[in-house]
Amino acid sequence: MQYFVNVTLTGLTEGMVYSAFALALVLIWRSTRIVNFAQGSMAAATTFIALALIQAGQSYWVALVVALLSGLVLGAIVERVVIRPVEGGPELNAVIVTLGLFVAIQAAIAIVFGSAFQSFPTPFGLEGFQVGDNRIALTPNSVWVIAAVLVTMALLVVLFRFTRIGLAMRASAFGQEVARLLGVRVGRMLTLGWALAAVVGSLAGLLIAGGEFVYPAYMDSLIVFGFVAAVLGGLDSPIGAIVGGLILGLALSYVSGYVERGSALVNVAALVILMIVLLVRPGGLFASSTARRA
Amino acid sequence: MGPLAQPTPTAGSTAIDRTAAPDTDRAPSASLEMTGITVAFGGVIALSEVSLVVEPGQVHGLIGPNGAGKTTLFNVACGIVRPTAGEMTWRGQPLRRLKPHQLAGLGISRTLQGVGLFPGMTVLENVMIGAHRHARAGFGSALFALPRSDRDERELRARALAALSDLGAQQHAGRYPGGLPYPVQKRVALARALVSAPDLLLLDEPASGLAEDEMHELGELIRTLSGRMSVLLVEHHMDLVMRVCDRITVLDSGRQIAAGTPAEVQADPAVTEAYLGDEVTAEEDAAGTTRTDGGRHHG
Repeated sequence: MQYFVNVTLTGLTEGMVYSAFALALVLIWRSTRIVNFAQGSMAAATTFIALALIQAGQSYWVALVVALLSGLVLGAIVERVVIRPVEGGPELNAVIVTLGLFVAIQAAIAIVFGSAFQSFPTPFGLEGFQVGDNRIALTPNSVWVIAAVLVTMALLVVLFRFTRIGLAMRASAFGQEVARLLGVRVGRMLTLGWALAAVVGSLAGLLIAGGEFVYPAYMDSLIVFGFVAAVLGGLDSPIGAIVGGLILGLALSYVSGYVERGSALVNVAALVILMIVLLVRPGGLFASSTARRA
Repeated sequence: MGPLAQPTPTAGSTAIDRTAAPDTDRAPSASLEMTGITVAFGGVIALSEVSLVVEPGQVHGLIGPNGAGKTTLFNVACGIVRPTAGEMTWRGQPLRRLKPHQLAGLGISRTLQGVGLFPGMTVLENVMIGAHRHARAGFGSALFALPRSDRDERELRARALAALSDLGAQQHAGRYPGGLPYPVQKRVALARALVSAPDLLLLDEPASGLAEDEMHELGELIRTLSGRMSVLLVEHHMDLVMRVCDRITVLDSGRQIAAGTPAEVQADPAVTEAYLGDEVTAEEDAAGTTRTDGGRHHG
């Protein structure tokens, strides 16, 4: 029983990060109909910026804020410079461009920061809380991870539901031409959407890096997990992305906790889940419509 | 009464005045002039030297058989299509390099063929987008939800609700457009165009898909609107056009073949030849009767 609780807690914490990363993918998909394969590299770049600051003696929190801000800027620049020319064109062009960006940013990280494994600190302890006689797998750091993701999601809900900018961003996502006729600066909204998505992606990257080793490609598995979570939820639904992330986190945690040599099977399990979803419910678990484009 | 309710300035005003800006009693003063508009797509001439003037407070009809260039002219007026030659002025100022997103700021609203509502947003949110340009809080304060933007947001909501209730659609405010009957969706789309209190309203086939009595109501509404704004109307339903328009411009194959009052246009033989003949034939087609060349002598 205690083992089950621990595996579940681990799954939920990991799932939260997958949710955040999936949310970043969904934000971009909704507004520009592009799957941003470069999301992982972009997050890795900002994580390395944070690491450089920490190694230079800054506090974790300063590094966090700077990393998120650089995510914002990076997202805006990528949209403006690289994505804008392929927006609205054939879908394959955008896919190739984001894949190219994925490789290019990763290479840039290796050039600037080196490709050695470096440990990334956590702001809180990694020792589980004591409950009675047992230590559970919930650590102060996982509380921080869960809280950070929940607060970010709440802020996004407030932005999209209750502000004029959020309204305009949603309108741009649903119908660019009509939004334009109603006076919405659609281009700016798309840039802002990419920037916000990059912030959320960066946060996911920083959270997953905590207490682990980082290297230029450390986000590669997270982009697979984030993509699987987003597809689980239907790619179009932010709620779906969050639930998809949690489901995936739990599923992978059970695979690694209960299947013999399961930890080696985690990546395979994620891909098997992806295949099953695409075969059985290609629109995702939360699909309301029958078919999805692309 | 919404929080935005204004004391109505004149006895003759209708409830619709409530959506307008505080200075409701100003006379509509803006006119749109299009002079010698030519549009060529590659080698195809879509419009050839078309000129029209929408006078303040007038309802100007734009008619013509399918493919006559009505929608192209509309798109020129919206900045979606840039004319190959010709000039456009609005309120006496030349409009060069017009872009669609500038329209709302210029006091011009457009409805679309069909409805063009945002599917994932409630009816109220759809209308709120229409009032977008009235919000004053800047980008930053709106992004970080500062108090000013919060006040803005409430004003926007109230304004949108008032616009909806003027068109009798306020009870649908919280619903999503996809689940509403088509005529209601049309009303919502119209409310979205009117919520910004435009000086010029471009109506693209507002009566399509409406039943007879709804069309009659629409006609009344358009007449009322002309007290506050100019209207440029593209419409296929001849009886509606003849009833509500002050002036009519007739296009055929990208050329302007007639212009004048409804009576003048109806009496014009060129119009009878090019337009009404086709119209009658089309109606006969629709009614399933045999098409004959004799259809041409109608009108």
